Amino acid sequence: MSFATQIRRLSLAVSAVTAMSVVGAVQAADTIKVGVLHSLSGTMAISETTLKDTMLMLIEEQNKKGGLLGKKLEAVVVDPASNWPLFAEKARELIEKEKVDATFGCWTSVSRKSVLPVFEELNGLLFYPVQYEGEESSKNVFYTGAAPNQQAIPAVDYLMEQGVKRWVLAGTDYVYPRTTNKILEAYLKAKGVVAGDIMINYTPFGHSDWQSIVADIKKFGSAGKKTAVVSTINGDANVPFYKELGNQGISAADIPVIAFSVGEEELSGIDTKPLVGHLAAWNYFMSVEDETNDAFIEAWQKFVKNEDRVTNDPMEAHYIGFNMWVEAVKKAGTTDPSAVADAIIGVAVPNLSGGLSAMMPNHHITKPVLIGEIQDDGQFQIVSQTPGLVVGDAWSDYLEDSKPLIADWRTPLSCGNYNVKTSKCSGQNY
Amino acid sequence: MLRILVTTLLLCLVAPLMAAAIETGDPALDAAFVKITDRNFATKAEGVTALAASGNPKAIELLRGLLEGKLRYLKKNKRLVWMQRQDGRTVAIDALNAEDYGKFSKRKFKKLAINNKMRGQIGSLLAQMELADPDPAVRLASVTAMLERSDPAQAELFTRMLSTEQDPAVREAMQAAVALAQLSDADPAKRRQAIAAVSDSLQPGVRNGLTRLAESDPDEAVRAEAAKALEKIEARVEFFGHVETFFFGLSLGSVLVLAAIGLAITFGVMGVINMAHGELIMLGAYTTYLIQQLMPDMIGLSILLSLPAAFLVSGAAGVAIERGVIRFLYGRPLETLLATFGISLMLQQLVRTVISPQNVPVSNPDFLSGFWQINGVLSLTYNRLYIFVFCLLVFAGLFFVLKRTRLGLQVRAVSQNRAMARAMGVRSSRVDALTFGLGSGIAGIAGVALSQLTNVGPNLGQAYIVDSFMVVVFGGVGNLWGTLIGGLSLGIANKVMEPWAGAVLAKILVLVFIILFIQKRPRGLFPQKGRAAEG
Repeated sequence: MSFATQIRRLSLAVSAVTAMSVVGAVQAADTIKVGVLHSLSGTMAISETTLKDTMLMLIEEQNKKGGLLGKKLEAVVVDPASNWPLFAEKARELIEKEKVDATFGCWTSVSRKSVLPVFEELNGLLFYPVQYEGEESSKNVFYTGAAPNQQAIPAVDYLMEQGVKRWVLAGTDYVYPRTTNKILEAYLKAKGVVAGDIMINYTPFGHSDWQSIVADIKKFGSAGKKTAVVSTINGDANVPFYKELGNQGISAADIPVIAFSVGEEELSGIDTKPLVGHLAAWNYFMSVEDETNDAFIEAWQKFVKNEDRVTNDPMEAHYIGFNMWVEAVKKAGTTDPSAVADAIIGVAVPNLSGGLSAMMPNHHITKPVLIGEIQDDGQFQIVSQTPGLVVGDAWSDYLEDSKPLIADWRTPLSCGNYNVKTSKCSGQNY
Repeated sequence: MLRILVTTLLLCLVAPLMAAAIETGDPALDAAFVKITDRNFATKAEGVTALAASGNPKAIELLRGLLEGKLRYLKKNKRLVWMQRQDGRTVAIDALNAEDYGKFSKRKFKKLAINNKMRGQIGSLLAQMELADPDPAVRLASVTAMLERSDPAQAELFTRMLSTEQDPAVREAMQAAVALAQLSDADPAKRRQAIAAVSDSLQPGVRNGLTRLAESDPDEAVRAEAAKALEKIEARVEFFGHVETFFFGLSLGSVLVLAAIGLAITFGVMGVINMAHGELIMLGAYTTYLIQQLMPDMIGLSILLSLPAAFLVSGAAGVAIERGVIRFLYGRPLETLLATFGISLMLQQLVRTVISPQNVPVSNPDFLSGFWQINGVLSLTYNRLYIFVFCLLVFAGLFFVLKRTRLGLQVRAVSQNRAMARAMGVRSSRVDALTFGLGSGIAGIAGVALSQLTNVGPNLGQAYIVDSFMVVVFGGVGNLWGTLIGGLSLGIANKVMEPWAGAVLAKILVLVFIILFIQKRPRGLFPQKGRAAEG
């Protein structure tokens, strides 16, 4: 190939690339970009892939309704591969390079902590859909999952009503279970439970040999007082835990287990016959009898072209979060993050259990709390529901250090950790 | 006008309630049914008590159906129905008069939901009602169930029934229950009698009763005797606690051995650092899942069929990996490590794409569920027992292949001195492929066993790869006995430490111990001897 031909080809290629980027720029002006930051590979792919699909479905539906502000929405999906530092890199890529107007993503608390500085530095918006340990309120993050007072505390209240006197707090060894159990321990003690009636146990991620722990629980529960396990065991470790419970003959009528991380999606990987009667506390169950929910389930199963796929609580959180963002953008008339963040406070949209969830000034939302018992078909039978909606509390009232703190992102306070005793904002953003 | 409107509205509200009335001919039963079909669980519980008290011959059957979640009701008139399969379709049969309501449809029927409190309630009601069952086995089960709930009010009932009870086992259980109840008798002499009667029992209820007496009985002699009996019982409980820990250790160890034994061949005998070993285990587990999908009604058989199938699938994958990649990298351990690590990621993603990124459900057959109750405090779970035996069988089988077959001879020859073996006419490359396939196939079999214990998902292999290398290195590379002894002793060490150190720390301590051990004895527990080992 002669040099001239090479030059000609090169220039052709260059012009083609330029033309393409011009087209891209034109498209970019016509669409509103929404970032989806969920792991599609690695350990968390099991939970997060579903949320990516949920976002794609919500965006597609919004586009069918005519988009937003006269523009189409465009999803930008990236894969942070269950790698926490990569979450921060991908978040930066979404905001700086892709120029997304809002991002929906993260599952584990550590991934959220990893992207938080990026969102605050670049002033992006993150909607975080998973129940978490609280003790945080960032200007740039909207927590659509449950705070501890929207899940753990009502769950314990329910068990107390059922006559439980002895408590096993079992969790995976990381920040969410440790903080939640600290809050629960303080709460139980405030309710008059003595230290000898609380057993706390932590296990590594993916723990699979539960023999001794289940035997310990059995012993702990044979002291003549009604015993329950409050489980913050995460992800994969749950299946062998429940299998061991079943094998050692512990039924829900003897020692019920109430879980905060086990939903329909996790149960679809287990034979649930031995688990009937064990409990979970969430803000949504697929079995909720409501027309909005029926429509959502139908749309979801149609979107993934699989009638056996289940829906779960973090999916509902994305449903609420996305609709809130859409309403806020309409209200503000722009997608500018600062304007949307101001507009979204007070926005109320329907949740899937027949009520309206509202965004509060502390960037948490109002939700009902439901307690469900596992059924043999992998679904939950709702046995208790809070009479009204519960407001998410960013800073727990049961921990000494965070008792005096409140979060309020409205002017003039505009602070995520305002100390009402010293009347000071720590200055830290989260 | 307004009044008419209100009346109409009221009528509309009342009309469905009127339609909901149930007519069984027995007013007590009718009332019970109305309550059971209520939404409120407290009301339902009242209904259950009423149903049990109604004395209706079908009450036991109905309560059991309620407990097992098999009872539904027709939304329209709240009749209780059973679901039955008839000629390939599901029909609804009235639970009381066996009337056929025709085809079952989800919209027309609702499951009768109960909660945990009601499960307990129905359980004890059933136990009481079945005390009069003609079958001694049912009576025994019901007495035992009542014993667990240890309700002191039962003593009188049992004392009365003892006068007519003939079956020795049932009598014994009843006597225990009576003694247990008498621990709280008003007469100190009777309490002491009761202490003597229960002092051999390991029932948790007995221990709780004795603890209560030893701490707070007003009579000093009773306190002393209770303390003495308690001490004796505690000593036995502690002994059985040790037995239990030892069994847990053995069973954890056997899982480690199963996961590692394939690696003991590929890494130990051939010297290939195979990072994809965990994924070969995963393939075996997925084979179990796929076979179960093919025969959903025969879970037990599917597990047995999975064993050869998993061996073939993983073995074939192993041969393909060896022929496709590893044979070009012999003698270059670093590159082998990287290449096989890449293969492991590819296999994981393959499963994610082809099957699903979600975990898949694998059912346990009945013979692998439940536990063997040896006494009041010691029970061994069947799945762990079977897996321990299975581990020994696999080990024995592999040992036989390596020591007693032609292939085994060739494998040993090639691994000890490749050049010499080739000079003797052994086709070393074929032996390499077969050896790798054998190790991989064993990994597949381990996958079948693991599918009964843990999650089957794309990450299954990763969870076991570190443990497998740990066991092989600790036991001594190239020595099958080392893998067996090493795996079992690591399992026991882990379980002995777990109760006081916690699961996280116990695992760390085991790893630290291995690091120190390898410093002292780099070749592991059972180092391979001879010229080959030096090379």
